[in-house]
Amino acid sequence: MSDKVLLKGTEACAMGAILAGCRHYFGYPITPQTEIPEYFAKYMPEAGGVFLQAESEIAAISMVYGAAATGRRTMTSSSGPGLSLKQETISTLSAAELPCLIVNVARGGPGLGCIQGAQSDYFQSVKGGGHGDYRLLTLAPNSVQEMMDLSILGFELADKYRNPVLILSDGVIGQMMEPVGIPEAVTFFPEKPWAATGAKGRGKNLINSLYLDAARCEEHNRHLQAKFARIAESELRYEEFDTEDAELVLVAYGISSRIALSVKNRARAEGLKVGLLRPITLWPFPSEALRKLADRVKGLLVVEQSAGQMVEDVRLAVCGRAPVAFHGRPGGVMIQMDDVQAKVRELLAGEA
Amino acid sequence: MMHEMIFAGFGGQGIMLMGQLLAQAGLEEGRHVSWIPSYGPEMRGGAANCSVVISDEVIGAPVVQKPQLALAMNLQSKERFEDMVAPGGRFIINGSLVPDPPRRSDIRNYVLPLSDLAVDELKSAKVLNMIALGAVFEATGAVSEESIHKAMDFMFGKKLARRPDLAALNRKAFQAGREALNKAARA
Repeated sequence: MSDKVLLKGTEACAMGAILAGCRHYFGYPITPQTEIPEYFAKYMPEAGGVFLQAESEIAAISMVYGAAATGRRTMTSSSGPGLSLKQETISTLSAAELPCLIVNVARGGPGLGCIQGAQSDYFQSVKGGGHGDYRLLTLAPNSVQEMMDLSILGFELADKYRNPVLILSDGVIGQMMEPVGIPEAVTFFPEKPWAATGAKGRGKNLINSLYLDAARCEEHNRHLQAKFARIAESELRYEEFDTEDAELVLVAYGISSRIALSVKNRARAEGLKVGLLRPITLWPFPSEALRKLADRVKGLLVVEQSAGQMVEDVRLAVCGRAPVAFHGRPGGVMIQMDDVQAKVRELLAGEA
Repeated sequence: MMHEMIFAGFGGQGIMLMGQLLAQAGLEEGRHVSWIPSYGPEMRGGAANCSVVISDEVIGAPVVQKPQLALAMNLQSKERFEDMVAPGGRFIINGSLVPDPPRRSDIRNYVLPLSDLAVDELKSAKVLNMIALGAVFEATGAVSEESIHKAMDFMFGKKLARRPDLAALNRKAFQAGREALNKAARA
């Protein structure tokens, strides 16, 4: 018997949250993430926590604001359309420096789109779907194991920086089952002297995002930006595969990175020098690593389940040092490996 | 070695569970496995399919695009997946519900009376997926028989311990599927 268990991505994410000490979940159903609230509805009572199906997505994220303000580990989850509704409060959570985990099991958009997995919520995730100068530390799992591991890491990073952390997953990673090794439950939780826990015997703690005096608002912005700079410096995560001698480097995250990895392996088997860079954090973004690769490769090929979003950040990072091609498919239809493989051959033939 | 499979049929035929059972059997052997459902606004009687990969290497795309084995439990599934089967691959068709003959000669087709076996011989429509699993097992050899039994124990052990009659019926159905496949292979 293996020590791993077969879990769906959504279940692994929820289980990871409970292991990370999350005891307050607020959400509203939407496919393809509904197994997350379903899991909490079943297991949160056993863990002594709160599962609440709110009256709307907006109510759910507002409840997260309240629970986070008291210093508790808390989360919500949804899919594209629901995330759009939550954006105002996500901006406010970041401004008020409240830690929480937000999960987007993305589906095909725009609008109500379809319920199949897609990656067209990249802009919303990393460019500030809400208003104002704020950033979300954005984690992009590409396996069921990472749905669990990054859920646990997400709570840790949220507390460390007092900022919301977003998991940008998709319907494929959310719905698939894979073997998962289940880690030990988290036992260390940081002190939160800032939390609104009752001011008896101490000064009051104010959780707020409103600064009517513009100079104070600017000061608060500078404080936030200094924090985002620390995150950018310390929390960048990515993986490289076979990039050392690569002539063409694929760049892909989440579900696309698995397709890209298979394509890279096939190309290597054909003797083509192809590598892969896979961002694990989408913000911060591995711009420096891409820049270095661009200086020595013939080109890059970005693969996304969208009409092309991350490709803009790759082009910004590379800044003309190497050509950046794109292969994508919007609307929830899976990218075909054969198509990417054909593009790889074409690019290498064209540049040889 | 990588086994990429698609199982398709009506919702309610037990296709999803059968795929999970096979994935669990692969996990019992410590292999890389993945299972992913087609998920749409599905309902009993609607179309359902799942992709299962059992591999000795890390699995890339979990949604199988060129299966080495496909199982079509109804006509709709045959029409949808017949062209996708990799050349040289295997295609198991539930002949009880699919009147159309196989079209491709570059794959190995097995037309098996799976639903008839369930209803007429085993007197239980519910064991259809276990019969299909037996046929798939015999056609692929993706996992050992022991692992299938371990997976069944893991997934249904508690229920089957209370219902030894069902455990016996499942085993019988699994064997019936294997025999049907072998018979078709010899023919």
